[in-house]
Amino acid sequence: MSLEYENDGALHAKLIEDVLSQYPDKAAKRRKKHLSVAKSGDEAGEESEVISECDVKSNIKSIPGVMTIRGCAYAGSKGVVWGPVKDMVHISHGPVGCGQYSWSQRRNYYVGTTGIDTFGTMQFTSDFQEKDIVFGGDKKLEQIIDEIEVLFPLNKGITVQSECPIGLIGDDTEAVSRKKAKEHEKTIVPVRCEGFRGVSQSLGHHIANDSIRDWVFDKKDVEFEAGAYDVNVIGDYNIGGDAWASRILLEEIGLRVVGNWSGDATLAEIERAPKAKLNLIHCYRSMNYICRHMEEKYGVAWMEYNFFGPSQIEASLRNIAKHFGPEIEEKAEKVIAKYRPLVDAVISKYRPRLEGNTVMLYVGGLRPRHVITAYEDLGMVIVGTGYEFAHNDDYQRTGHYVKNGTLIYDDVTGYELEKFIEGVRPNLVGSGIKEKYPVQKMGIPFRQMHSWDYSGPYHGYDGFAIFARDVDLAINNPVWGLYQAPWKESPPHGQAIAAE
Amino acid sequence: MPQSAEEILDHAPLFREPEYRQMLAEKKLNFECPHPDQIVTDQGEFTKTWEYREKNLAREALVINPAKACQPLGAVFAAAGFERTMSFVHGSQGCVAYYRSHLSRHFKEPASAVSSSMTEDAAVFGGLKNLVDGLANTYQLYDPKMIAVSTTCMAEVIGDDLHSFIENAKDENSVPRDFDVPFAHTPAFVGSHVDGYDGMLKGILEHFWKGQQRTEAKGTINVIPGFDGYCVGNNRELKRLLDVMGVSYTFIQDASDQFDTPSDGEYRMYDGGTKIEEVKGALDAEATLSLQHYNTRKTLDYCQQVGHATASFHYPLGVQATDEFLMKVSALSGKEIPEGIRLERGRLVDAMADSQSWLHGKKYAIYGDPDFVYAMARFVMETGGEPTHCLATNGTSAWEAELKELLASSPFGKDAQVWPGKDLWAMRSLLFTEPVDLLIGNSYGKYLERDTGTPLIRLTFPIFDRHHHHRFALMGYQGGLRVLTTILDKIFDKLDRETSQTGVTDYSYDLTR
Repeated sequence: MSLEYENDGALHAKLIEDVLSQYPDKAAKRRKKHLSVAKSGDEAGEESEVISECDVKSNIKSIPGVMTIRGCAYAGSKGVVWGPVKDMVHISHGPVGCGQYSWSQRRNYYVGTTGIDTFGTMQFTSDFQEKDIVFGGDKKLEQIIDEIEVLFPLNKGITVQSECPIGLIGDDTEAVSRKKAKEHEKTIVPVRCEGFRGVSQSLGHHIANDSIRDWVFDKKDVEFEAGAYDVNVIGDYNIGGDAWASRILLEEIGLRVVGNWSGDATLAEIERAPKAKLNLIHCYRSMNYICRHMEEKYGVAWMEYNFFGPSQIEASLRNIAKHFGPEIEEKAEKVIAKYRPLVDAVISKYRPRLEGNTVMLYVGGLRPRHVITAYEDLGMVIVGTGYEFAHNDDYQRTGHYVKNGTLIYDDVTGYELEKFIEGVRPNLVGSGIKEKYPVQKMGIPFRQMHSWDYSGPYHGYDGFAIFARDVDLAINNPVWGLYQAPWKESPPHGQAIAAE
Repeated sequence: MPQSAEEILDHAPLFREPEYRQMLAEKKLNFECPHPDQIVTDQGEFTKTWEYREKNLAREALVINPAKACQPLGAVFAAAGFERTMSFVHGSQGCVAYYRSHLSRHFKEPASAVSSSMTEDAAVFGGLKNLVDGLANTYQLYDPKMIAVSTTCMAEVIGDDLHSFIENAKDENSVPRDFDVPFAHTPAFVGSHVDGYDGMLKGILEHFWKGQQRTEAKGTINVIPGFDGYCVGNNRELKRLLDVMGVSYTFIQDASDQFDTPSDGEYRMYDGGTKIEEVKGALDAEATLSLQHYNTRKTLDYCQQVGHATASFHYPLGVQATDEFLMKVSALSGKEIPEGIRLERGRLVDAMADSQSWLHGKKYAIYGDPDFVYAMARFVMETGGEPTHCLATNGTSAWEAELKELLASSPFGKDAQVWPGKDLWAMRSLLFTEPVDLLIGNSYGKYLERDTGTPLIRLTFPIFDRHHHHRFALMGYQGGLRVLTTILDKIFDKLDRETSQTGVTDYSYDLTR
C-alpha cells in the first residue's frame, strides 16, 4: 500500500530561508544545520531501500531563548523509561516541581491496585527545602526510603530519580541506595538523570538504560525457564494500551512475551529479560542501549519493528516470524490474513475521507518516522517531520520513510514550527500539548502524538482502527469551518496565521 | 476479534473485551510475579485504618501526591498577565517544557515561555552566556515588550545573579538598554508556586516603580489577583464589578485574555494583559488590594513601602467575603456600592435559601492553595456545611492560625480540622477514617474519589480532565452562584444515581427536589 508522491522541496527550502532570516546571525548559523529538505535516495546515492536523505545535525545543545520544545534527562528517565515500571516506587528526588508536572501525564496504562501493589499514577517526591540544598539530602533520602517501606510494604523496589540540584550539591545517592537496599533487601536504583545533563530527554534514556544494567541485571538469582519463543518487547510504554494491542499479536503468532519494557512492566520482567531469545525494540531511541548490552553480554539478538499501520505491521510480523522459522511464519501469515478484513474495512471507511490530506509531524524520538506509513495507509501525505531529541542514526532511519522534498526540522523552535505550518498549510499537525493550541488557533486540525490525545491505543491492528477514526474526527470536524465571522471579509490568505 | 470498522472501540471498552482480559490475566500470572491477591487485599484494607493513618501522618521526609507546584510556575503565570510579556526562565530547559505543558493542560490554551537551556558546562561555568545569547534571541524572534526573567533550581543552586547577568546582557546589546527586563529569583526549594507568583510580581513592580516619584491619586486602587487557574472568569467578573461601581482602578497581572484567545485563524502569542504604562501609573494609586493574601505577601509589603494603603483578601467568593471586598473598595474609592450589586447579592442569598435543605450539615474535605481553602471553608459554612478537613500542602502556620480563627467563629466550623503542609496521600487516610460527603479540590482529587468513594468537585487549579470550568467566575456573588450550583449538581447527580434502580430504590427517584 505504498504511496508514491513527492513534496514541494523548493517551497520548503524557501521557508527555511525565511525563518533563518529572522534570527540573530549567531543563532541563524546554528539553527541552519538543523533544518533541511529531504533529497531523494538516488540523488543521495544511498542503498536501494533508503528513499531519501535527511541531512541535519542533531543531538546537540538547544539555543537559549528560542522556545525549544525539548525536555530534560529527568523526563527521559522518570517520565519515559523508569516511570512506567508499575510495582516500584519512583522517587522524584529534589524539589517538588518535576514530579508534579510529570505526574500521571504519560498515560502509561497498567493494571494493579494503585497505592498498594502498584504506584504508577502517584507522585513521590523528596520535596527539597533550602536546608536540604545547604546540608545535603542523603539523610532525608534514607528516611524517605524507610517511610516508603512502612507505608508501601508491597513495593518490589525503589528508584531514585535525581533532579538538577542533586548532582550540583554532591549528594551520594548511590551510597544511600546501596545501604538501604541491603537493609531492606530490596532493589534500589539510583538514577543520575539530573535535568541539566545532556541536551534533551535522550541522555536520560541512556542513563536509565545504564542503571538497569548496573543496578538490576545479575543482582538476583532469577529462576526462570526460558522457552524457544520467548521475546521481550522493548521500548513500548503502553501509552493508551499500545503494548497490549501489540502483545496480543505477538502471542497470536506463537511467541511468548516474557517482558514488556516498560509499559505495564514489573521489576520481575526486567530482571529476567536477559534470558529471552530475542529483543523486539519499538522505540529504538530510548532503549537501544540496553538491547546492545544484552546482545553483547547475554547474546540476546535484537530487532527493530513497527506496529503503526497495517503495512508496517505486516512487514514487521513477517520479519519477526522469519527469525523463528516456518512454524511461526505460518502463524504470522494466518494472523495477517485474519486481520485483513478489519484493515480493509477501516481503510475503505476512512481513506475516501482522508485521501490526499497533508500532515506535518513533530514528535520525540521514534514516531516522527514510525507513524508515517500509517498515515500513508490512509492515503495521506507527509509533508514535514522532525524530532525533539533524535540522533544521527534516527535521521538515517527516517530516510527509509520520507519522500523527496519533505521538510525536515530537528529540535524545532516554536517560531519555526508555526512559520512552517503557516507556509505549508497542512491539513493536520501531529505534535505535543505545547503545540496543540497554537496550531488549532490557526484553524488547523491537530492530534497529540505523544499521548494519543487521550485516546489510543494506536499500535497493532486494533490500534490502527482507532488511529484512523481519530485522524478522521480531527480533520472532518465542522468547527474548522466556523472560524470566520460571516459579516467580516475573509482574510486574503485564508486561515493559518502564525504569531508575529 | 473485538475491533471492527463499524464500531471502533477505544481503550476503555477494548481492554474489557474477553481476549484482552484473558491476555492480561495470563500476563500477570505468568510473568509479573505478583503478590498473592489476599496480601494485596489485606494491605488495601490496612490503608483504610486509623493505625495506617497514624503512620501516614507521622511521615517527616517523604511527600506523596502533594497539592502544590514549584516557584517558577507561579512566575511564568504572573508574567502572562502583562502586555506582550515573554517569560524567560534561566536554568535547565526541561523545566520550561513542564510549566508550559502544565498551564496548557489546564487552560487548553497556548502557554509561551523560553528557557536559557543551561547544560553541564553552564553548571560549571555559570549561565551568563546562556542568558546573554538567550535574551538576544528571544527579543528578536518573539518581539516582546517585556521579558520577565525567573530561575529554575539549577540556576539557584549554582548561584547565578540575575541582576548582574541582565546588566551584562544589556552591555552586550542583547536587548536595548531601556528595554524592560524585570526579574525574580524563584528557587523551587523554597515555598511553592504562590511564592513564585509573589516574587515575579514584586520584581515587575519594583522594576517600574523603583526610584520613581509617586504622586498619590486619591481614590484609585490597584487590584492584584494572585495565582488563579480561574483568572479567565474571575478577573472579568471582578473588573465588571469595579466598572459597575465606577472605581478608578488598575488590575495588575491580568492573564484573562492571554489564557482565553479566540479561534479565528490567527495565533496570538500575546493577548491582553496589564499594559506597561498602566503598571507605571499604578505607583500613584492610593491603595493596593490583593485578592489572595498568601500569594502576595512580599508584593504587598513592597506596595506599603512605596506608600500604598494595602488590604488583602482570601479569594473573595460567596456572601460575606464578597461583602467585605466591595465595602473595602467602596471605602477606598469613595464610590458607593450600587443598587444593582445589592440585587446580585440578594439573588445569591435567594439561591442559597432555595437550596439550603440540601446543603445543611453536609461535610466537606477541601484542599488547594491557602487562600482558596480559606474561601471555600467560609462559603461552605455560609451554606450550613461543615468543612471537616481543610488541607493546604503549601499552607503555613500563619494560615493555620487564621483559618482556625475563622472556623471558630461559626458553629459549623467546630469540628473542622486544619492540615497545613500535608499532602493528598494524607488526605486519603483522613477520608477513610473520618469520611465526608464531598471533596473539593482539583483533578488530582480523582484518585481520592476512586479510592475512597468521596464525590470530587473540581473547583481549583489544575483541572486537566474537565473542560472550560476556568472560563466561569468563582469570585463575587456571581461566582458564588456558580460554586453553589456546581456543589448542588454533584449532590443531586449522586442522589439520582443512588435511587435509580428500578424495583429497588425507584421510590426515592423524585422528579422535583
